[in-house]
Amino acid sequence: MFAIAKKLAKAGVLSLNCRNAEYTLWHNSRHLYPLVDDKLTTKLLAEKAGMAVPPLYGVIEIEHQVRGLSALLKPYEDFVVKPAQGSGGDGIVVITGRRGERYRKANGQFITQEDLDHHASNALSGLYSLGGHPDKVLIEYRVLFDPVFEAISFQGVPDVRIIVFLGVPAMAMVRLPTRMSDGKANLHQGAIGAGINLRTGKTLSGVWKNEIITEHPDTEKSITNVQIPGWDTLLDLAARSYELTGLGYQGVDLVLDRDKGPLILELNARPGLNIQIANRAGLLTRLQLIEHHASNLKSVEDRITFAKQHFAPIGNL
Amino acid sequence: MKKRHLYILALSLTLLGLGLFAYKAFVLKFPLVEDTSALIWNLEVHATFKAKDKPIKVGIYIPRNTPEYAILDENFISQGFGLATTTPDEGNRRAIWSIRKANGKQSLYYRAIIRRMPTDHVPGKPKNAPLTKPTLESPLLEAAQALAEDLLSKSADTETFVQALIKRIHDPSPSETISVLIGNNPSLETKLNTVVEVLKASRLPARVIHGIRIPTEPRSVQWEMWFQIYENNSWRSFDPLTGTPEISGDYVEWWHGTKPFFKVNGIKKFEYTVSVAPNQEEAIQAALLSTKLAIPKLLDFSLFNLPLQTQAVYRILLMVPLGALLLLILRNIIGIKTFGTFMPILMALAFRETQLLWGIILFSLVVSLGLGVRFYLEQLKLLLVPRLASLLIVVVLLMAFLSILSFQLGFERGLSVALFPMVIITMTIERMCIVWDERGASESLQQGIGSLVVAVLTYLTMSIPYVEHLLFVFPELLLVLLAGTLLMGRYSGFRLLELRRFKALAPS
Repeated sequence: MFAIAKKLAKAGVLSLNCRNAEYTLWHNSRHLYPLVDDKLTTKLLAEKAGMAVPPLYGVIEIEHQVRGLSALLKPYEDFVVKPAQGSGGDGIVVITGRRGERYRKANGQFITQEDLDHHASNALSGLYSLGGHPDKVLIEYRVLFDPVFEAISFQGVPDVRIIVFLGVPAMAMVRLPTRMSDGKANLHQGAIGAGINLRTGKTLSGVWKNEIITEHPDTEKSITNVQIPGWDTLLDLAARSYELTGLGYQGVDLVLDRDKGPLILELNARPGLNIQIANRAGLLTRLQLIEHHASNLKSVEDRITFAKQHFAPIGNL
Repeated sequence: MKKRHLYILALSLTLLGLGLFAYKAFVLKFPLVEDTSALIWNLEVHATFKAKDKPIKVGIYIPRNTPEYAILDENFISQGFGLATTTPDEGNRRAIWSIRKANGKQSLYYRAIIRRMPTDHVPGKPKNAPLTKPTLESPLLEAAQALAEDLLSKSADTETFVQALIKRIHDPSPSETISVLIGNNPSLETKLNTVVEVLKASRLPARVIHGIRIPTEPRSVQWEMWFQIYENNSWRSFDPLTGTPEISGDYVEWWHGTKPFFKVNGIKKFEYTVSVAPNQEEAIQAALLSTKLAIPKLLDFSLFNLPLQTQAVYRILLMVPLGALLLLILRNIIGIKTFGTFMPILMALAFRETQLLWGIILFSLVVSLGLGVRFYLEQLKLLLVPRLASLLIVVVLLMAFLSILSFQLGFERGLSVALFPMVIITMTIERMCIVWDERGASESLQQGIGSLVVAVLTYLTMSIPYVEHLLFVFPELLLVLLAGTLLMGRYSGFRLLELRRFKALAPS
């Protein structure tokens, strides 16, 4: 047991206790959390800074507005309903179309207006928010993902997660929805995480339910060596979000839209640790390296160059 | 660096805690281990009666110092009553409460702390001259004298005489003389009276003793009776059934003679209980006494200054930090997930009352039935807070139902379900249901069972009697515990379950 712990420490694996004690507690001030915990605030902030985000259709803030939901949704064929303070992707409903009075979810199931209203009022009461606080519900543009992911995702939108430490992209992965994850791009719900070579923007092997894989379990297509389009833009957006929020340690979630290109989906002040398994590499060594050189890395370009130079896997998988 | 501050704080807390602990343990000699052979007991007589606007007088016998037991302290609690203690007959003490006018239900308490004296304790000469005059009248006196003479001729000394007498008295088919003496109501009381009369008739000073037998655990006691004979300037007790001298030291004399325990005027229904609780703090009392002499102020801030009831509460409360420490280890070092941070501690406290097995059964029943109801409520599409409130009501009803059912079936333990923290259980059911919906049944059950296992472990830790004693006598040890939790707050190593999670990343 201690042998494994020793090996993991040697490989520079970041543990949950270490992330909390050494990184989030020190580099993320409490007063900045509301900027990322509320997706509406993040979205408005990013829009103001000229960074691309999925367009907002509407916000529901009080229970009474739930009655007007169907009228609000009338102009849109497809959309996403999302609690503003939801964590871990809980409470997100993706509607891909309508049939008569019913809405079609990403997994092909139909739900009624009543179901959707109930979902919205649950979310308003704080069912999905971190501390059970009263929440808001966002209705926004449904991202139509880039065809490059067509073969390697099952219903739903793959997204790219980049861990950014002191403005330097430290590790990245692409999250691919599966049948198990119900079209959601969250690893604990059963999505695949595939590591990304930060220099080239090509995928490495993937992890699915703590198991290392190279093929998508539903489509059986290879998920390795896939080039992420617009990689430099993604890195640029990620690196700039440091200035956007001021959080030293954050996870930036981006999507690639077929028409609109890279968009910032949300920011996370406590990003998960599975990214290490997806990359088969420890995060701690990279964070320590960045901390060591942080004083020399002022501009966004410098930080991206530094990341590309240091964070490509040596033995390419 | 950033950690030095914490280390210094933790170190000073540890030193302070351990220092106080060492001072109390080794200088003031507070006991490190619970003294199981208690030498001190608390006695309590609780009398209740109804008053009806009449003058009232209540007299009860109270114990006195004997060679075997010394009264360390006694007090009388009665509201509005006048109190007097008298010695109505030689060697007995009686407390008399009186009031001119009272109405409604009244309660009187007599409390005493008694201490068993060492066996080598040499009793002083009793001042009271023993009674020798027989109280019987002829023809019973003659019968007693005849019996005494018959027995005397067949025995060598007092002991054999007494044993022979007892044997005759308890004989299932008694002789004619005995039947005459005992009468047609052969209770232990009449038998003992007879024994005493026969002894008196043979010019041995004797008396009947009423007293109690000290139980091993706190409970109410019944009166016991035995008899004593005056020999070599002291009273010797004899076993009422075998007639052997030296009855067990558990017997405490209360009064002698044949008169009833209480004598009341102006009351119809008089009820009383006598209870005894071991007072395990003998060594502590001694330590406290020496502390009182050494540093009078220190004792003002001691838990022993609190009323007994409150002390009992703190015995439990002081164990809660230990439960929290265990929870911390299980969550942050091992990595077990539980519903709610402190839910297992509250469950563990509830388990103290229900006992472990029943606690687990009742908890599982309430949670699974509650889950069923929660899944039904899901269909009604209720808003969150009303849904939680409905669920809470259902949980309370379920608990009441389980209590009634188990009472009907004769399981007393089922009644203690009422001590469950129902709000916490409601939240647990709600969270389990959400996790069930979103992460699947297995994840939900895993976390539910995980919480239960943690609660059981916490309960087991929190009910180690040795630790309970240690924390109660030395509450400053909590400072050491605090230092430990502070240090753990900066523990940034792996959690045990993370080792499995990240195993693939370890270079082979």
